[in-house]
Amino acid sequence: MADRDTRLRSAPLRIASGQGFWGDDLEAPVRQVRGGPIDYLVMDYLAEVTMSIMQKQRARDPNAGYARDFVPLMERIFPDIVEKGIRIVTNAGGVNPEGCAQALLGAGRAAGVAGKARVGRVEGDDILERLPKLISEGHALANMETGAPLSDIVDKVQSANVYIGAAPIVEALDKGADVIVTGRSTDTALTYGPMIHEFGWSLDDHDRIAAGVVAGHINECGAQSSGGNCLIDWWTMPDMTEVGFPIVEAHPDGSFVVTKHGGTGGRVNRATVTEQIVYEMGDPTDYITPDVVADFTTIHLDEQGGDRVRVHGVKGGPRTDFLKVSIAYSDGWKATGNLTYSWPDAAQKARAAGVLLRERLDRLGLEFDAVRTELVGWDSTHGHLAGEPPADLPEVQLRIGVRGKNRAHVERFTREIAPLVLTGPPSVTGFAGGRPRVQEIMAYWPALIRREAVEPFLSVSVTDV
Amino acid sequence: MAMIPLVRLAHARSGDKGDTANVGVIAYDAAHYDLLVEALTPEAVKAHFGELVKGEVERFPLPNLHAINFLLHGALDGGGTQSLMNDAQGKVFSTALLRMEIAVPDEIAAQLPERGWAPDGWSAESYTGGGA
Repeated sequence: MADRDTRLRSAPLRIASGQGFWGDDLEAPVRQVRGGPIDYLVMDYLAEVTMSIMQKQRARDPNAGYARDFVPLMERIFPDIVEKGIRIVTNAGGVNPEGCAQALLGAGRAAGVAGKARVGRVEGDDILERLPKLISEGHALANMETGAPLSDIVDKVQSANVYIGAAPIVEALDKGADVIVTGRSTDTALTYGPMIHEFGWSLDDHDRIAAGVVAGHINECGAQSSGGNCLIDWWTMPDMTEVGFPIVEAHPDGSFVVTKHGGTGGRVNRATVTEQIVYEMGDPTDYITPDVVADFTTIHLDEQGGDRVRVHGVKGGPRTDFLKVSIAYSDGWKATGNLTYSWPDAAQKARAAGVLLRERLDRLGLEFDAVRTELVGWDSTHGHLAGEPPADLPEVQLRIGVRGKNRAHVERFTREIAPLVLTGPPSVTGFAGGRPRVQEIMAYWPALIRREAVEPFLSVSVTDV
Repeated sequence: MAMIPLVRLAHARSGDKGDTANVGVIAYDAAHYDLLVEALTPEAVKAHFGELVKGEVERFPLPNLHAINFLLHGALDGGGTQSLMNDAQGKVFSTALLRMEIAVPDEIAAQLPERGWAPDGWSAESYTGGGA
């Protein structure tokens, strides 16, 4: 700690968001690094479903199981970040932070920064292999929605990761890591971890940590706070070709300004930031993270103009005794197929095809937990609120899906779509893509676990490139 | 009183958490926030969605942002990878709520600008900085 205190900063800390999910704009992090001054680049790659996908990849290849896009990105920007002293914090490590770190060290050598940068990794959030022991020790890991104990489905679990807080990120930064890869670090911790490290905040300073959480929430979905997917007057959004991703300019007192690099597209104002604040929100007075409970009803926004919004006044309360666990388990199979019907009576034909297909599935004796019919182009987004389709609707796409426990039944369903072309309602097209694919359903099992069952297992290590 | 679609008074964003969709409704004009709180009761929102929301509707006001957050339980056919819905992650429940017609005093309704749609003559090219 004494070591840290000597280099606490008072100048604003610029923390840039580079990715909002695994699959986001690959050029965005490059623009953030090269488009103007930043101190940190943070990238969120993980969603609930992502962990189970990565776990499957790792089962096939022990070196896989992380966000692969991150490695070629680092090969491009390693020289930039070394030259400018930018540090990177990301949860790209997925279910294999060590594998990711090894690939990253290779990327660093290939990029010519050997001896000039340090790579840190945070491990221990993955409790998949410890589940039987944890259950035998009395951790029920009950489903937060249904109350059922995890033992009911433990044989079907594919991944189990604990949302961890900022402490290991801060430790890696204290140890001099320039690039830190974690597993299931909570999204917001990627942003407030650097604040704790740079400003020397105590984890008991609930208001400042809560402010960092709000900053993290604004950063965690990339351009969704700077004009992307923004509904308000959407047609006025300036040049979205190279949209500016958000940058948080943090101050030691917990206040911060949301902005973006000059000359980029998009917009940062009160409305674009507010849309992101309410995204995926539950009870706003009770925004629970591993390190603090933030109260989003205390957020104050001041629009400053010039793509700058000041955020201040955030209050928080003490953390809970529990951490959240994200568990994915195999829960059957599903498939969805599409056919397009044209005028006249497009919607009526599509509905007739749907009814016909359901009758055929019944007569084949196929059993499903659910069969769903939607008309894409009419009711697949607003349901009955769209009203009744007119007879002169130019075209509509029938979308029909099934899910069930029996894979063979779902497989047979995928073979019943194409026959409708010659054996059902007329003026049908759009089947050139072939049979639909059978997908395994990964159901989500949210649970809580006591901190002491996880925190002693967290580890941080730092290596020179 | 005049019946006005919510899209003329507010913008919104939605997301998911398991089988629950959330919709955050944000008043364009802070002066209309109280009007939204009065009209958008959980019961009224539940009635608007009808069969689209199987469970309860919870409401959380955020007067600091002149916004209201709604949780629509049982709206996503199980949610996540289980759901067979096109909108399995509830991304556009926001706009479904903005269809709702709410009662607005005549004098306010008369002053509301036309809002919510791209204007006539707008060109898609402008989205990349081109066009008129």
